[in-house]
Amino acid sequence: MDNYEDNSSNKLFERKIVINPVTRIEGHAQIDILLNQDSTVREARFKVTDFRGFEKFTEGRPYYEMPAITSRSCGICPVSHILASAKACDAIVGVTPPKTAVMLRRLIHMGQLVQSHALNFFHLSSPDLLFGFDSDPAKRNVFGLIENHPDFAVQGVKLRRFGQEIIEKVAGKRVHSSEWIQPGGVKWPLTRERADYLKAELPKALEIAKSTLSMFKQQMLNSFNDEVENFGNFPSYYMGLVNSDGNLEHYDGKLRIMNKDGNIVVECSDALKYQEYVGEAVEPYTFMKFPYFKKVGYPDGAYRVGPLARLNVASHCGTPLADEEMAEFKKLGRNGIVQSTFYYHYARLIETLFCIETAKKLLDDPEILSENVTSRAMVNNYEGIGIAEAPRGTLIHHYKVDAQGMIIWNDMIIATEHNNIAYNKAITQVAKRYIKAQQLQEGMLNRVEAVIRAFDPCLSCATHAVGQMALDIKLFDANGTLLDQQSR
Amino acid sequence: MAENSMITLKIDGVQVSVLEGTTILKAAKDNGILIPTLCDLEGLTPYGGCRLCLVEVTGSPKLFPACTTPANSGMEVTTNSERLKSYRKMTIQLLMAERVHMCAVCVANDHCELQALANQLGVNHVVLERHFTREPIDSSHDFLVIDRNRCILCLRCVRVCDKIEGVHTLDLKNRSKDTEVIMDLDESWGNSCSCTGCRKCAKVCPVGAIYIEGEAITQTKHRDVAEFITARRNNR
Repeated sequence: MDNYEDNSSNKLFERKIVINPVTRIEGHAQIDILLNQDSTVREARFKVTDFRGFEKFTEGRPYYEMPAITSRSCGICPVSHILASAKACDAIVGVTPPKTAVMLRRLIHMGQLVQSHALNFFHLSSPDLLFGFDSDPAKRNVFGLIENHPDFAVQGVKLRRFGQEIIEKVAGKRVHSSEWIQPGGVKWPLTRERADYLKAELPKALEIAKSTLSMFKQQMLNSFNDEVENFGNFPSYYMGLVNSDGNLEHYDGKLRIMNKDGNIVVECSDALKYQEYVGEAVEPYTFMKFPYFKKVGYPDGAYRVGPLARLNVASHCGTPLADEEMAEFKKLGRNGIVQSTFYYHYARLIETLFCIETAKKLLDDPEILSENVTSRAMVNNYEGIGIAEAPRGTLIHHYKVDAQGMIIWNDMIIATEHNNIAYNKAITQVAKRYIKAQQLQEGMLNRVEAVIRAFDPCLSCATHAVGQMALDIKLFDANGTLLDQQSR
Repeated sequence: MAENSMITLKIDGVQVSVLEGTTILKAAKDNGILIPTLCDLEGLTPYGGCRLCLVEVTGSPKLFPACTTPANSGMEVTTNSERLKSYRKMTIQLLMAERVHMCAVCVANDHCELQALANQLGVNHVVLERHFTREPIDSSHDFLVIDRNRCILCLRCVRVCDKIEGVHTLDLKNRSKDTEVIMDLDESWGNSCSCTGCRKCAKVCPVGAIYIEGEAITQTKHRDVAEFITARRNNR
């Protein structure tokens, strides 16, 4: 984009820096940094350049195909889509899945969270944290990691593999295991051999999660004070699921929204009611919508979702090791609300620990081997909503069907979307702090990207993020003429 | 048909002996030579629709569908020449280009004969322009569903319904690319008064066009059902 056209009404900015594509995230995005006359940063905008159209092309398809189709929107967190979609289908057929089916769905979700969190922390984010934000970009990637910290890299691969193995053993395939799920439950039970295999692998994964967390606390947590202060450090609302005790929950529970002071402003167990609280605004410069908290309005009703938000809204984790860590984590904020986006990394590691502990709890329960895993039913309701906590936050699938069960309307609110207002606030804050436009340096722009990485957005199913991708930064004058360009 | 008299022919250079009246396809299969096909199914009347089993016969410039051509004494048949391979690849592409064949989200994924043949023949992309359709799915039956967008018109369902179940609920309407499998006099499936709900159409469908709602495809597909029932009827 060499000639810049601004669609917004405000034309006061003078120059623009473009980061395109943003690297080491899942999907394609671009960041525009708009500058004032005096070259200070006025605003930064996060633009999603993908357009997928799932909501339109699924019209006319049978409801029970939705888990398979919608899970294709992402190769990192297909399980979350499968579950949110299956829950919406459960609502359409109007049945409660058998207890074992719910346990298996939970178990596969734990595997999903572990592998996704491991991917973000080890493969995508740790190069910044280990080498530093200003280090040589040729090394600051997963290959540099393998070269300089081989043991650490292997641990990341092993942890991710454990998560993937849970998915494979339970549902048959590592990615897109949608054949296994069905409205009203799942298609096949878990065999004893597979459960025993996972139980045997579990202690190793737990050890990696524990050691990574303690390494993070010792080496990383206190080395980035400036980043903690400026990486999307602002008050907002937080949204996430909690269970009936108010504890951390990822599969099914009450939707809780908390304000910056730690007061619960919404808590609803009826999924259909989410529309009363969540509105969606549109901006002309991006394909991604801007969900906001309706009671406050747009854009002040900015809320965040994902690991940080989940730990903020939950009272406890509910598993012993994760609870200890959570208590320590909550001390970083006021009234149990931790505000800086940098702490998403910390929250992600605590959740990983929680997921492995929960997987153990589920596998230790003999009922997980029961063969009663499906409730059968036909279409009974013409509308269904499924809400689950994807690795990146609250994921909502909302379908309407006709009498034959064909989709006539469909709305998917993807976890990444909820954070959209927060992304823009966060990158603006980082850009204002670090960008000195007269002398562009790679490390400054990397910080702008890194704050996005902390959120771990998932913009499509792609993971082509190995640090060698082109990063074009362009500087334009007020007439749209290219003044300066840097590529890596 | 003069039964019990044996004839001898050569398939891919191999001398084989079969009963007179046997089709080339069956003669090859009985001797361990597999000719690709999508419409043929043991127990059903051969139809010659998919054109995948075309073979070369020495002395004739024409190609012959192996499923409907009887083996003759002294015949020399080639089943796997470069020309046939390229024709078969094109036939698969033609099938893939017409209507909607999206394996990733299809109920029959990994259990689909069209997909398996495409893999076997090395068809990894379609060079032809795709002609997507948006036919409504008929899910009005209690458990049988037909998604005509996935139908390749092999007519296994029509033939199994007629010959094996004996009710002839299924038939065709329209011509050419608009051809569609219908129930009775183009009723919705749920309103069909002749359908017995025997599920054989779902069992033999080579793709994901007819399936049973809520059932894993591995449970549904029993493509040897026609062969089995025919053998039982003949007391074999």
